[in-house]
Amino acid sequence: MADAHAKPQHDYHLVDPSPWPAVGAVSAFVLAVGAIGWMHHMVPGAPLVFAAGAVGVLYTMLSWWRDVIREAEHDGHHSRVVQISHRYGMILFIASEVMFFVAWFWAYFNVALFPTDVHQVLRGELIGHVWPPVASPDGKFRGTFDPWHLPLLNTLILLTSGTTVTWAHHALLHGDRKGLINGLWLTVILGALFTCVQAYEYAHAAFNYSGHIYGATFFMATGFHGAHVLIGTVFLIVCLIRAYAGHFSPTQHLGFEFAAWYWHFVDVVWLFLFACIYVWGGGTPLAH
Amino acid sequence: MATTAHGAHGDHAHDDHAHHTPTGWRRFVYSTNHKDIGTMYLVFAMVGGLIGGFMSIAMRMELQFPGLQIFHDSHQFNVFTTAHGLIMIFFMVMPALIGGFGNWIVPLMIGAPDMAFPRMNNISFWLLPASFTLLLISAFVEGEPGAPGVGAGWTIYAPLSSIGHPGPAVDFAILSLHIAGASSILGAINFITTIFNMRAPGMTLHKMPLFVWSQLVTVFLLLLSLPVLAGAITMLLTDRNFGTTFFTADGGGDPILFQHLFWFFGHPEVYILIVPGFGIVSQVVSTFSRKPVFGYLGMAYAMVAIGGIGFVVWAHHMYTVGMSTGAQAYFIAATMVIAVPTGVKIFSWIATMWGGSIEFKTPMLWAVGLIFLFTVGGVTGVVLANAGVDRVLQDTYYVVAHFHYVLSLGAVFAVFAGWYYWFPKITGYMYNETIGKLHFWLTFVGVNIVFFPQHFLGLAGMPRRVADYPDAFAGWNYVSSIGAYVSAAGLGVFIFGMILAFVRKEKAADNPWGAGATTLEWTLPSPPPFHQFNVLPRIK
Repeated sequence: MADAHAKPQHDYHLVDPSPWPAVGAVSAFVLAVGAIGWMHHMVPGAPLVFAAGAVGVLYTMLSWWRDVIREAEHDGHHSRVVQISHRYGMILFIASEVMFFVAWFWAYFNVALFPTDVHQVLRGELIGHVWPPVASPDGKFRGTFDPWHLPLLNTLILLTSGTTVTWAHHALLHGDRKGLINGLWLTVILGALFTCVQAYEYAHAAFNYSGHIYGATFFMATGFHGAHVLIGTVFLIVCLIRAYAGHFSPTQHLGFEFAAWYWHFVDVVWLFLFACIYVWGGGTPLAH
Repeated sequence: MATTAHGAHGDHAHDDHAHHTPTGWRRFVYSTNHKDIGTMYLVFAMVGGLIGGFMSIAMRMELQFPGLQIFHDSHQFNVFTTAHGLIMIFFMVMPALIGGFGNWIVPLMIGAPDMAFPRMNNISFWLLPASFTLLLISAFVEGEPGAPGVGAGWTIYAPLSSIGHPGPAVDFAILSLHIAGASSILGAINFITTIFNMRAPGMTLHKMPLFVWSQLVTVFLLLLSLPVLAGAITMLLTDRNFGTTFFTADGGGDPILFQHLFWFFGHPEVYILIVPGFGIVSQVVSTFSRKPVFGYLGMAYAMVAIGGIGFVVWAHHMYTVGMSTGAQAYFIAATMVIAVPTGVKIFSWIATMWGGSIEFKTPMLWAVGLIFLFTVGGVTGVVLANAGVDRVLQDTYYVVAHFHYVLSLGAVFAVFAGWYYWFPKITGYMYNETIGKLHFWLTFVGVNIVFFPQHFLGLAGMPRRVADYPDAFAGWNYVSSIGAYVSAAGLGVFIFGMILAFVRKEKAADNPWGAGATTLEWTLPSPPPFHQFNVLPRIK
């Protein structure tokens, strides 16, 4: 190396300067302005502004993570200590995600645990002082889902996908690329299947998203979970593409591990949703 | 704190890789260097502080006499109180203490060449100008019907922030907070990883300087509290725009839910603002007393305790919403418990000074000022912790006086203590001691004139967030406004002193503070090389 005297005597990764943080921040700003302009019909072109921002954010993610993969696969920057940093980073990110879901469960239990609260006069009248609520006169809430119907099926789909991703992981650890690819394909298919079943279920809900607290808590909690399933599925698809491209080794495959961690996190959130909202808060469901 | 380095700091003579260090605007916009990013945070905080400070002067001008002076109506005044609060929290104190000093000093103190995620560090910064711009836009678009801006207070309680503000202004504020929150969460992940994984060989957690401990506690609070705020303001966003009814009573929602979610974030947030200041005071008091901090471990774990208990006291902000007596009793007790670890800190600082060789350089003046004034704010905090007393004082100027004593006389004093303490290290220049001291005394006198009379106003029943008041409150309001002008003069002296330092370019020594400054940043040149610690220091 020409400038060998300046070569650091440590294993940390001093990342090269990058345009993506600034591009990402500007895109987030454009996205926000477009979203507000669209929601309030402030200017006719607002949806286009929103779309431009969204494209910018997605382009930033693509370019940034492409750089990370190149640094790991080709430049050899991910030393042992750097890998430990990445693990810390992913665990902490998932911890913050857990706290995000705390907010949605809080909103749910705020009404589900205290339907008889005497201070909440209007709420009490609307839900009939019981949880799940009585059917509302305006028809915005007519009944709950039967937890032992599609929700149980979805629980089994997600739990199974947790096992298939573990299969892929073990195959990877044993250097069995075919097993890795098969396990990932199955996981992605199960994830997509979950999303389809959830979409079908949403379309047959006996309650509205707007105008009633049951729909608000149900759709926002399960909806954010669904968004995380989609993100996790994309994450796994990226791993699948990388597996075909020959990335990952039995000793170094952080991208795959993080996708698996994220998938298990999504799985656990679902179990809490299933137990708390579908089963415990399900009452006597409508037959359909 | 036995953090003496030996060997391993002669690496500054080396040039950096030319192709890794772009020059001009790219050096900062594309930066992956913790010191450059820290500098950008400090400049950003200064801009935020000047804008937020200008707003507070305008509010004191309004309140100098009864009746409306400079504002058209009370909504416009409320827009100023709202923006002042949000700007000072998210765009002044946090960028200065965490983004600025945290970025600059934490890697130096733990003997690391940079942060764990240098590129992510940069998006944490660049999201802030995006967020700040959104907040500033909110002041110019419709909020209340026919009037621009968010006048719902920094707490943006529903339903005032939902059906009370149908215009897009609140949505701008919400997305501003979303982006600022994302910035802070990414920063928190970065700091925790750096502190856990990149300490120099031999630096165990129990040898880590207290400033690093303070940052560690702070960023854990950020990581765990901000996502809950994100959830709350997302609910507000969907209530406002998509018809959900989280906070709308006739749809089965609950406005009090917003307060719970907000304060579950908001109370840790006030510790996020002050705990880094605790760390700075510990370094400064130890340096200028030429003694190690008294009770080092107790000081570290007191911050951990304050952070932990800080998560289970949030409803003391909500005593008057109709909580059960039992819940109020719990929140009183839990809140008062925080006085114990806080007392540990105050008394340990005093014990550090006790018998020390004290030198009242400018940073030390700010630190001692903080110890005195934060204690005043802490004592009024114990008063307010009592739900019974709070029945009278809720939403009065007593509360305003309390939280300005702990924040603008606590956190802001810490900002200036850190600023003067590390100014030679960061810029390589010495500031002028006389001007620094004049800045301190003008500010110290000024802010006390502003905020001490507000205790009397609050006890007499003057509500906060009002543009006009009965004549009975005129006297102390006048005094308070005069204090604001004195503080503004102090700020002028500060800016003059900084310009003078950059004009005179008086070189700072590697360690201008002498034997009391024992942490690793003082083993490096002033300013440090672009990449320090190419050879990691070993800690005894």
